[in-house]
Amino acid sequence: MAVKVLKPGLATTVQDLGRPGYYHIGIPLSGGMDRHALVAANLLVGNEAGAAVLEAVFMGPELEFTEDAIVAITGAELPPKLDGEPRETWTSFKVKRGQILSFDFLKQGARGYIAVAGGIDVPVVLGSRSTYALGALGGFKGRKLEAGDELPVGRAAATVKDGRSVAKELRGQPAGMPTELRAMPGLYWHRITEAAGNGFFSDTWKVAPEADRIGYRFKGGKPLEFVPREPPFGAGSDPSNITDACYPYGSIQVPGGTEPIVLHRDAVSGGGYFMVGTVIAADMDLIGQLQPNTPVKFVKVDMNEALAARKSRSELLGRLHSALA
Amino acid sequence: MQTRFSFGGDEHIFAEVGEAMSLEAFFKSLFITNAVRDAKIKGVTEICPANASYQVKFDPDQIKPDDLLTELKRLDSASEKSEPVIKTRIIEIPVLYNDPWTHETLMRFRERHQNPEGTDLEYAARINGLDSVEAFIKAHSSAPWFVSMVGFVAGLPFLYQMVERKRQLQAPKYLRPRTDTPKLTVGHGGCFSCIYSVRGAGGYQMFGITPMPIYDPNQTISYLRDFMCLFKPGDIVKWKPIDRAAYDAAVADVDAGRFAPIIRDVSFSLTEFNRDIDGYNSKLDGVLHGR
Repeated sequence: MAVKVLKPGLATTVQDLGRPGYYHIGIPLSGGMDRHALVAANLLVGNEAGAAVLEAVFMGPELEFTEDAIVAITGAELPPKLDGEPRETWTSFKVKRGQILSFDFLKQGARGYIAVAGGIDVPVVLGSRSTYALGALGGFKGRKLEAGDELPVGRAAATVKDGRSVAKELRGQPAGMPTELRAMPGLYWHRITEAAGNGFFSDTWKVAPEADRIGYRFKGGKPLEFVPREPPFGAGSDPSNITDACYPYGSIQVPGGTEPIVLHRDAVSGGGYFMVGTVIAADMDLIGQLQPNTPVKFVKVDMNEALAARKSRSELLGRLHSALA
Repeated sequence: MQTRFSFGGDEHIFAEVGEAMSLEAFFKSLFITNAVRDAKIKGVTEICPANASYQVKFDPDQIKPDDLLTELKRLDSASEKSEPVIKTRIIEIPVLYNDPWTHETLMRFRERHQNPEGTDLEYAARINGLDSVEAFIKAHSSAPWFVSMVGFVAGLPFLYQMVERKRQLQAPKYLRPRTDTPKLTVGHGGCFSCIYSVRGAGGYQMFGITPMPIYDPNQTISYLRDFMCLFKPGDIVKWKPIDRAAYDAAVADVDAGRFAPIIRDVSFSLTEFNRDIDGYNSKLDGVLHGR
């Protein structure tokens, strides 16, 4: 069983739940940017929660199936078509051998997850099938898909059904405008003035065009004013420089104090820019569904609120598992 | 040195050992991260040493953030008593300084540089008070460097020069980062040199290129078969200036699978190093060349 790539889409990659354990040598977690949607797609087609799927950003690929299969599309509202006939997102459906899966224009969100019963069976590298394109590692030949690629598919569970779907309240997609991203101030927060700190959380930012798996850039808020200092040896002369250090996933660096960048699943593991804080783990999935120009507000939370949000996100995942058990 | 701790969201603890770079801060970060690894703390998922800081990633469903913080603070104060000695490796890296590939790239991005009229090497020589590119290359390659951090992208080493602070080479990053850097470029920004493990964006000054691969995701290169990244924090690097003929020969050897890097085990004592830096470095050179 294989899936032939007729058209690759914009930047379609193989992803699973990622590759922990190698961040200390610069190899990031990778994996689906919207992990909740990735798990939903897998459960819909009877896969393990962390099986490898395709992550398509902004634009879907065109795929031909060499055997009958069950597939499901979750995440962004990227409407699937089977031989030109519309199909539902968040719902498993049958594909016959030789049929072509394509996609209509993106209606909402940014990243669609395409799961095939059996999972995309590329080699496991350092414990994961995820693509880390910057390091040419994992996925399909370490890169985004190209026309002509043939993706191997694993053996599907015997009991896969089509027509199963995920209720709206279990999808975990961003809701409301502007999108609120909860963040804990910290790291090098002390480098900016109190007024700049308040401005960071009260301004409305917009997703910049430079938004990818490495990080999301935001613009439109006021530049941050720094507390004056004598540059420490090794840091560099710009007030936003630090002695090169590790970057947490979700950390918010602001080079030159102007445009915040939130690092995501393919994060650079470290560097020389100060960070004002970190988007909490519970809200990382939401970032993966933001289109350029989406208005965003950073909402200040403390550790207790972050842990409560984490618990509620994990309960949502639990309800998703129960619903699709 | 008082370590400053901060939570990086609900999954990371960030610890700044020193605001400024120093071998003392680096050693402390290396020691504590080794101790955290040895302690096998439940719920800890990533342990990342950096130049003068470190970071621990954890799963707060398995360990309470405050409990991990308490444990890290305990290890931090225990590290004060430990002797700054590490067992490590010294690795020779051949470098073709002033090579045609980084030269072509730096010319392409000249408008992003502080000194559009000259090259990165000419600029770095001048601002470090050296009267020629040759003198700069000598200053860059005569003393060894510590791998004080691995990261940014897969397998990229940050390198810290093992000389007194007043002799350390410094250079700012490009005014605006380049969108391209040749793979295996030897770069420099602030007080750190680096080797770009993959082709891509970069802001460091470009001095040369090594024929010796340091990252191989396919693991076909003999010395990268065990693991795809060559460097670990704590490794010591000695640059060996080579000419174009030696560079071409090394590339041919790499392609033919017969390139054998010089890598020796060595024990390093920070106390003894600080007592006589030049003398200690020449001993390290002896270890590298079997003297």
